[in-house]
Parts: sequence; structure tokens; C-alpha cells
Amino acid sequence: MSGHTVPADFSGHMLDLDEDEDLEVFSKKTSTLDGDGNLVPNSPSSLVNQYRLDEEEEEEEEQHANTIDLFITVDNPESHVTAIETFIMYRVLTKTTRSEFDCSEYEVRRRYQDFLWLRSRLEENHPTLIVHPLPEKFVMKSMVERFNDDFIETRRNALDRFLKKISEHPVLSFSEHLQVFLTEPELTSYKKQGPGFLSRMGDTVRGLANSVRGLKSRPDEFTHMQEYVEDFSNKICSLDKVTQRIIREQKEYLDELKQYGPTYTQWAGSEGDLAEPLKGVASCVEHCGKETEEQTQHLSEVLVPVLHEYVLCAETLRGVMRRRDNLQAEFEAKNEALVSRKTDQESTLTLMSLYSPSA
Amino acid sequence: MMADSGSSEVAVIGNTDLTSSESENNTMNTMVEKETALLRRIEISVPEAEKRTGKNTVNMQEIYTVYLIETRPTETVIEGDTSAAPDSLWRRYSEFELLRMYLLVTYPYIVIPPLPEKRAEFVWHKLSADNLDPDFVERRRVGLENFLLRVASHHILADDEIFFRFLTEEKRWKEEVLVTGFQDKADSRLKSLSAMFRVKNPDKQFTELKHYSEELNTAISQLLRVRARVADRLYGVYKVHGNYGRVFSEWSAIENEMGDGLQSAGHHMDTYAASIDDILEEEEHYADQLKEYLFYTDAVRSVCRKHELIQYELEMAVQDLANKKQQKEELTSGTVRIFSLKGMTSKLFGQESQEQRESRLAALQQSIEDGEDAVMEKNKECRVFLQTAWKDIERFKEQKDKDLRDALISYAIMQISMCKKGIQVWSNAKECFNKM
Repeated sequence: MSGHTVPADFSGHMLDLDEDEDLEVFSKKTSTLDGDGNLVPNSPSSLVNQYRLDEEEEEEEEQHANTIDLFITVDNPESHVTAIETFIMYRVLTKTTRSEFDCSEYEVRRRYQDFLWLRSRLEENHPTLIVHPLPEKFVMKSMVERFNDDFIETRRNALDRFLKKISEHPVLSFSEHLQVFLTEPELTSYKKQGPGFLSRMGDTVRGLANSVRGLKSRPDEFTHMQEYVEDFSNKICSLDKVTQRIIREQKEYLDELKQYGPTYTQWAGSEGDLAEPLKGVASCVEHCGKETEEQTQHLSEVLVPVLHEYVLCAETLRGVMRRRDNLQAEFEAKNEALVSRKTDQESTLTLMSLYSPSA
Repeated sequence: MMADSGSSEVAVIGNTDLTSSESENNTMNTMVEKETALLRRIEISVPEAEKRTGKNTVNMQEIYTVYLIETRPTETVIEGDTSAAPDSLWRRYSEFELLRMYLLVTYPYIVIPPLPEKRAEFVWHKLSADNLDPDFVERRRVGLENFLLRVASHHILADDEIFFRFLTEEKRWKEEVLVTGFQDKADSRLKSLSAMFRVKNPDKQFTELKHYSEELNTAISQLLRVRARVADRLYGVYKVHGNYGRVFSEWSAIENEMGDGLQSAGHHMDTYAASIDDILEEEEHYADQLKEYLFYTDAVRSVCRKHELIQYELEMAVQDLANKKQQKEELTSGTVRIFSLKGMTSKLFGQESQEQRESRLAALQQSIEDGEDAVMEKNKECRVFLQTAWKDIERFKEQKDKDLRDALISYAIMQISMCKKGIQVWSNAKECFNKM
């Protein structure tokens, strides 16, 4: 592998490899045709180009608005009770002008598990792509009630963002699984197909084994990317933690502030002329308290989920990097096996020619 | 200080931006001095504090702080007198305490201004409770200056000779104050306590005043306690934002397009986190203003106690006189209604002679006359005390209302300034984020 110095910004830089053409992941070609007959970008550098940051997306949205042909929303969470369990169903509304779809509008009801299914199929079928993460499952330690309104709303928001991101992805949005997800009234029959969960398990196990063994050498481009992903992941996790700490501190501050105002009111009770100013201060303190409470709420409801999402994105990125490493390791192992077999074959042939009479 | 417009809803306060000199002023004295003969002649200040070492009463080495008292003649005096130079001397806190005790005993009908606290109380965790801590010393310096100015502004206290000597004679003052023998005049604790419980006709106004000062004491104590806790928490919130600064800074190193924006935003977060130290330092000044009035409540209670004592003594004198008159009546009429030793012995040993009786009567008459004089004296004392004390209390109430109102206004201005600074910092950070 060539030692290419790659700048941190990977835009437009190609990887120079003398590999077998079979292994498309490392080919010089920037894109190949996949099973659906669509153009699939293979090198991560061109992928990074296509997976843009939110800010730039906003600018392009105006251009996009005219070209958006698939628009999805998630809303209307409702409790669904069966004999065995209770869960939340969300309404998924699709509007599209694409020819692959029979109708222009669809409405289905989906639960969190269905979203998990969709994502796992997308990841399986497109292991080189970065699939936007889903909000986490219900975590005991957060002490949030499973059907707490805030929790449901936060989740709904995240699910909505998930589908919007998928719908904007040039490759993933054309996935047949996505189409099924958006259009079929009942998903259960589709969910039974395919390797699904187990194959992902195998992926992880293999991944662990390979990281222990260590790679021979990783192309610089990916090493840089790996480092960046590690650093980014650390930073975004730190931000998440700091924000949560701030929320905690502000809540404690608020508790004390709520006791502060009344001391002025109590004092005002014994005063004559001073009573008015003192009561004024008391009401100001109360006001400040309310504002602080609102602000803390906003932090919890707006900033934390976004940070959380990017923590998960970083996780996804790491997963993709691991997969790439695994594939490279597998390739190396197979290559070694091939080389040793060829050597064996040659030595066997040589031996045979030595011991058999030449015809 | 800006005064509010008096509207019922929101006080319209004009310029709320504290200039650097104004915020410096906040750590200086904000007390408005009243015109007295003394203050027309001299200006008083406590501009400096210094550490000294010396031996204490048990001959151990100790470190203590002394404060410089500076007096300089005012403009009006300087004109004619070219030799007028500022005078200065150094005093310890304990000497201030001695002076105050002298004033308390000598002018029991006056609400004597309090000294700044002996030990730091109502402390939030970052603030040191150490008496040698430079911030504490600085605040005490301001408090001592405030004390001297308050005394000098009081039309009765300002004329006191011992007070003047305190300001001008470094070495001999202590001797002179002890020579006045004020310590003997001090009422014993026991006496005033028993008076409190046994007064039969307490003055209604004074009783109300006593209740008010107790309520004020409770209210301000509670306020200061909670304020300290709020300050503590607010400190925590601001400081945690410093972590944002650190993370942004580290993060900017690995980013390309976002790098500059993150770096700048990080600096703003650091600024924000650092700003809390100044904010809370200024708030301490507000707390000190409230503390002064907290300690004033003790002075008010002293006056009430003195009144109770005098009232009690009057009642005792009246009672005593009534007893004596009763005795005289019995002696002249021959009936014994009150048990007396004389009565008993005369029963046992026979009636006394006419001579004895008459001498006893004469002695009793004298005693009664003395008693009547005593009652008159005590009555007068009581009346005078009531008058002078009540006058000073009215003065005190006016002063208190004005001072506390000013303190609240400057507290509000400080809060506004703090919020404006916060808005500035976050606007700057937002700019940085927008540019990323």
C-alpha cells in the first residue's frame, strides 16, 4: 500500500492501491453499480463528501426543496395495548413523486422495533455507508418513565430526524427495505426474512477478534479518519457530559433560588415603607427562577438530544471503520492463505516434476 | 445612585452600566455623611490596613491587623492654617470594640452604630472565613471606616471627647478611656435580664420596637443564609461552563472549517466562567450593607433593655416608697398589718417606750422623704430617657429605610449589569457559532 499523505479534509483525494479489482471497497473507481442498478460511491473519501454537515444542508435545502421527491414525517404517538404488552405506535407519513412508489401518499403505523429492523437491514445491505443512528432504547438508569411525555416526544423527534436523513441519502433512500417500511401496512412478514440480527452479531465477534490480532498496515487515509473519528467521538461525548452537568447544577441553583425570594417577602411583612421595594425584589427573584427553569428545560429538550445524536453518529462511524478494518483483515488473511497455497502448489508441482519421468 | 421613578409597576432605572470607577465605588463607602460640627472641621477615612506581629497577653507571638485612621482638615479650615497636615494613626479591631463599648455605656439612649463582624459569617464556600484573608481584611477596613463616619455623623456622638481622642491620640487614648470608669457604669447582664421579666408596665412603643427588631434580625439572618447558598450554586453553574471552553479548544484542533469558530467560542466560555468571581465579590458588598443593619438590631435591643431597666427601677422605687408609707401608717395607728420584726419583738418583749417610738417614726419619715426624692429622680430619668431615646429611634428608622432602599437599588443595578454581561458573552459565542 502506498504511503500517501492525506490532508485532514478528504475532499477529492483518491487512494492509490494495487489491489485485486474484485475487492470493490478499495478500487480506484469512485463508484460501481450495485444490485439495484444505482451508482454507489465506494471510497470513503467520496462518501464523506456526500455525507454533509447540517449547516450546509440548510443552505442547500432551498435548492433541494424543488428536487425533494421523498418527504417523510413521524408524528402522532399513540399507546397500543395487546394481551402481552403495551407499546407506542408512531404514524409515518410519506409523500413522494418517485416512480418506484405506486401511490404519491402513504400512511402507516410503526413502533420503535420496526425502526430498529429497518436500520439493521440498511446497515447490512450497505456496510460501507454511514446510516444515521436511532435514539437509544429505554435505559433504566435515566430514571425516565417509559411512557413519560417528554421521553416520547424526544424519541419521536429523533425518529423523525432519522427518516428524514435516510430519505435525503442518495443511496439509502432508494433501498427496497425503506420502501417496504414506508408503504406496507403490516411489517411482520418482511421482518422474518433474511439473516438480520445474527449476522450482525457475527460481525461484532469477528471485529473483536481482528482488533486483537491487529492489522498489518492501514492505509493512511483511514488511519487519519480513524483518529479523527476517535477524537470527534471523545469531544462530542465530553460536550454531552458537560451539558448534562450544567443542567444538574442549574437545577440545584434553582432549588436555592426558590427559597431566596420568600425571604424578602417574609421581611416585607415587618416593614412599612420598605415593604414595597422588598416585595418587588421577591417577585423579580421569582421571575428569574422561572426563566432559569425554562432555559434548563430548553437545554434538556433541544441541546442534549442533538448532542446525543452525534454521540451515536460517532459510534456508527466507528462501527463502519471497524467493519472496514475487519474486511481488510479478512482480505489479508485470505491473501496470505492464497499465497501459501500457491507456494504449496508450486513446490508440489516441482516435486512431482522431479520424481516423475518427463514425457 | 439612581433612584427609581416611583411608578407602581417597574422602576425605570436609567444608566445601568457600571463604569469601572463606579464598580470600584461599590467596594468603597456608599454612606452619605450628615453634617456635624466635627465633620465640618475634619475628614475621616480608613484608607489602609497592615499586618503586624507582636506578643499577646499570654506572651505568645501573634499576627494581627492594624488599620490606618486618617483625619485631615476640611477645605474651610485649611485656608487660614498652613500647618494643617493630615493626621494618622494605627488601631486594632479590639480598640474599636473598646470605643464602642464606651459609647454604649455612656449613651444608652442612642442606637450606637455597629462594628463590622468579628468573624466572617454567612459564608459561601469559596469565600474564606479566615480573618487574615486579604478580601476579609479589605471588607473590614471599609466597615470600620463606615463605623467612624456614622459616629461622626451623629450630632450627639460626634461631640464626644473620647471619640475625638480615638481619632487623634494613638498612645494615650486607651488610658483615658479606662479612666472614665465606664466599665463600672455598665449594667450587669443579670440586672437587665431580671428587669426584662419583672417590669409591670412596659412602655407599649418600646415593646413594639423590641418585637420589630427581633423580626428584622430573623428576616435578615434568613436572607443572608439563603443568599450564601444561592451564591454557592451560581458559582458552580458558571464554573462548569469553563469545561465548554476546554472542550471547544481541544475540539478546534481537530476540525478544519469549524476550528476558528470553536476556538473563539471557547474563549468566550472561559470569559463567562471567570466572570462569576467579580460578580460575587460585588454581591458581598450588598451582603455587608444588610449585615450592618442586622447588627444594628442588637443596638436597638440594647436601648430597649436600658429602658426596661430604668422602668423597672422606677417601679421598684415606687413600690419601696409605698411600703415605707404603709409602715409609717401602721406605726402611728398602732395596728400591725404588715409583719415586721419590731412588731414581733414588741409582742414578745412588751411595748416599746414612747421615746423609742418617736425616734423610729422620725427615721421612717426621713426615709420616706428620701424615697420621694428617689421616685422623682427616677421618674425624671425615665421621662428624659424616653424622650431622647425615641428621638434617636425615629432618626434611626429614617436612616434605615433610606439606606436599605439604596442598597436594594444598587443590588438591582448590579444584577442588571451581570445579566447584560452574560448576554454579551453569549451573543459573542453565538456569532462564533454562526460563522462556523
